[in-house]
Amino acid sequence: MTTYSLISVILYLILSPVIACLFSGVDRIVTARMQGRRGPKLLQPFYDIMKLFSKENTSVNEIQKILVMAHCFFAVFSGAIFFAGEDILLVLFALTMAEVFLILAAYSVNAAYSEIGAQRELLQMMAYEPMTLLTAVGFYLSVGSFKVGDIIRSDVPLIVKMPGFFLGFCFILVIKFRKSPFDLATSHHAHQEVIKGLTGDLAGPAYGFSELAELYEEILMLGMAGLFFISSDKISIIWAACAVVILLFCMSLVDNIFPRVKWESLLKSSWIVTLFAGGANLVILSLVR
Amino acid sequence: MPELAFLILFPFATAFILFFLKRDSKVRSFFVFFGAFGELAASICFAVDSLLHRDLEMGTFFLPDTHFSDMIMAAVEVCLMLIVFFLSIKYKKYFVILLSAFGTIPAVYLDFSGISETTASHIKVDYLTMIMILVVGIVGSLICVYAVGYIRDYHHHHKEFKDRSGYFLSMLFVFLGAMMGLISSDNLMWMYFFWEITSVCSFLLIGYSRTSEAVTNSFRALWMNLLGGCGFMAAIIFCICVMEITNISQLLVFATLPSMAVFPVAMLSFAALTKSAQMPFSRWLLGAMVAPTPTSALLHSATMVKAGVYLLLRLSPMMGGSEVGIMVTVIGGFTFFAASLLAITVTDGKKVLAYSTISNLGLITAAAGCGLPEAVWAGIMLLIFHAVTKSMMFMSVGAYENSTGSRDVEDMHGMIVRYPRLAFVMTIGIFGMSVVPMGMCVAKWAALKAFIDSGYVYLTMFLCFGSATTLFYWVKWLGKIFSVSRGSMKHEYTVCFSEWLSIYPLSFIAVFLCIVYPLISRFAVVPYIQNAFSGSLSRFVTAAFPDSTIVPASSGTVAAISTEDFVIMGVMLICMCILPLAMRFVNSVQERRVLSYMSGFNAGDDRSFYDSFGEERGQYLSNWYMQDLFGEKKILTGCLILTAVFLICIMASCAVGGLFL
Repeated sequence: MTTYSLISVILYLILSPVIACLFSGVDRIVTARMQGRRGPKLLQPFYDIMKLFSKENTSVNEIQKILVMAHCFFAVFSGAIFFAGEDILLVLFALTMAEVFLILAAYSVNAAYSEIGAQRELLQMMAYEPMTLLTAVGFYLSVGSFKVGDIIRSDVPLIVKMPGFFLGFCFILVIKFRKSPFDLATSHHAHQEVIKGLTGDLAGPAYGFSELAELYEEILMLGMAGLFFISSDKISIIWAACAVVILLFCMSLVDNIFPRVKWESLLKSSWIVTLFAGGANLVILSLVR
Repeated sequence: MPELAFLILFPFATAFILFFLKRDSKVRSFFVFFGAFGELAASICFAVDSLLHRDLEMGTFFLPDTHFSDMIMAAVEVCLMLIVFFLSIKYKKYFVILLSAFGTIPAVYLDFSGISETTASHIKVDYLTMIMILVVGIVGSLICVYAVGYIRDYHHHHKEFKDRSGYFLSMLFVFLGAMMGLISSDNLMWMYFFWEITSVCSFLLIGYSRTSEAVTNSFRALWMNLLGGCGFMAAIIFCICVMEITNISQLLVFATLPSMAVFPVAMLSFAALTKSAQMPFSRWLLGAMVAPTPTSALLHSATMVKAGVYLLLRLSPMMGGSEVGIMVTVIGGFTFFAASLLAITVTDGKKVLAYSTISNLGLITAAAGCGLPEAVWAGIMLLIFHAVTKSMMFMSVGAYENSTGSRDVEDMHGMIVRYPRLAFVMTIGIFGMSVVPMGMCVAKWAALKAFIDSGYVYLTMFLCFGSATTLFYWVKWLGKIFSVSRGSMKHEYTVCFSEWLSIYPLSFIAVFLCIVYPLISRFAVVPYIQNAFSGSLSRFVTAAFPDSTIVPASSGTVAAISTEDFVIMGVMLICMCILPLAMRFVNSVQERRVLSYMSGFNAGDDRSFYDSFGEERGQYLSNWYMQDLFGEKKILTGCLILTAVFLICIMASCAVGGLFL
């Protein structure tokens, strides 16, 4: 581990919640404006999380809280591997493990809404995982390495070589960010048929931990999106940042335009996009190689 | 040589004794323990001894002249055939007679006419053999230990079946011996002999309860395996008559797959596909679920199905890029994906495990068909991890069934409170199958890298999609186990000592392997691969896939997984292990227990609620099986037809190309 990667990991650990909260604050305001409302303050997401941690410690059973904490730990851990410049597949595997713990926490409470959320979360994982794995494969085929540290040193921004992968990745990013057509497992919006499925039985600090994990995870996913734009050229970082901001705006837009879909559509559409966008790009990259 | 003879013959001797001990008694238990632990110790001793003293690089050869034992084998084969004849006539399954005769008569003819006489050694021990001996010796023996307690409970619960437990235990040992013989044989005739024993043996074990379902399923297993046996025999005849070779190592000296060898390699691969229950032959393994659990565990984990992939892994250096390689990779990759989809839709615990076995074997098959060193590395690792983890899963499901009377995943709701120890073991098993710092996924990861390098794009796609579906069915099972129903109590175990005696060591090995696999890789797997792909053989591989690199000699792991990765995974593993301890710590903080959320309509506890009429109603939470989308009724037949058509086409082209061109 070099000093450089150590610094970036420390920055990730400290700054992620801050940046993700700001993004979320802006997102709420933008969404409100689209709907003709005034919206909350920019720092509202901060206050929300702080408040959770000051609440009373309650839980439904003995194992719920430890599972949520394990979820939080592995989510942060996978991000740390990513920003340390390690193997991107390992990042994805660690992230999967984090998700598994959250799902188990929801299962453990033995309640209808939580269980619906947990099962839908599993479905969402099944829908997006092929694409995230394929994205990693795409990076490997383009740069010859799975290491994030090597991927950011490529000669050209990888979006040039992997437009199909990028398209597919954006698609599943909507699932990962729990945005509207695909927010089956849990959602903030009061008009959905099930609102807080997955996290429905979490309260107080335990809920705070799951929210915190979510923030870290979002930064990780945005980092992966940024990988498509970063090259050995230092200026490219700015392009990557711009791309990420545009991506976030597009997701708010999508969130407001589309109503929630049924689970079959979620699964089918994301697999079809993976198969055609990712698959076609994969074939081309393998042939060029 | 005496050690090896002991390894093969000792289980047969134990089986012979057990056959006469029909009643459950201390004496019988003693013989089973003695036989199983003797075999276990012998296999470990043999492996250590071989590693230290034998030349495993080139393989140590034994037994050039075997006229006498060949005659005995021929006699046994005739006996097996007669058993099959008798039972086929008894149950009116006449076509099986034909299949059995097609395989056995040429074998007997070759033996007696002296055509198959050879001066080449019949037995060969190299690294792969040693690994297999360890897997079969340790996992197989522990399953036999488990069987002692299980079969007693089984007959306690199923009074309707005739107690033939002596016969049952004896068959398990025959199986073990046959498997040991199969993996150490180099001579194709010998291999075929043991191959047929496992086929017939599995048939007898599956039909143990003699219900009509068991009989149907056992005949299905028999005819599919005998069909594979016929393919095996065709390969032998071709090898002996056309190529004038008798041993598998003589077949493997060819650098690439020469057009002359296409036919036998295709036929042997076909036999392996049937044995490993790949689509379109997977139904026999699903049917094998009717048998008592030790049978399923033995068939699914350490023996039978592993014989098929073992053969494929042996042939792997010849398959890369060839027509046969394409056949094996397509079938394997497709089976991996399709079986994992099907596993989502079934509720019977053993059936989930069966589909998962088929799926994982598909992955090993695909890795073997790739013909790349890294892929073979992944394949062997998968084989080891799968044997340990899967047998453990079977045993805990069996133990649960004996305790509660059900093996349905739905009935495992809240197992973590009711049966904490079994739940803990199952958790290790499921984590071992599905998440990363544990073994299976590490091997899967290596397989992914190898598939990308191989240039078979469809394999990469199958693996990406298949991993996602695999995760789904494992985690939802785990979720069931973790559901804590309020007020449920710890139940009494009825699991016997002998069952714990095998479940605990296996779960320990499953975790332990995750730490020591680099050592296994360094001292056994990598040397084997270097040897198998050395010299002329690797020329083909590097020419076809210039990017692929032969595994570096010095490193413990393969190039696919770096030391840094290993360290990170170690950290993850440690974190997982301290989780139960951390739970104590977290729970020591004062907190309030609340009811779960039911829109405020909880009827006093978490188990019931007030419905819209204000009446109290119990809640039942079911898992999600998606049967409308890809249930067995929807896709199984389609998958089988698709793979069958593909297999027939490509086999036909291999046969025409191999025989006439």
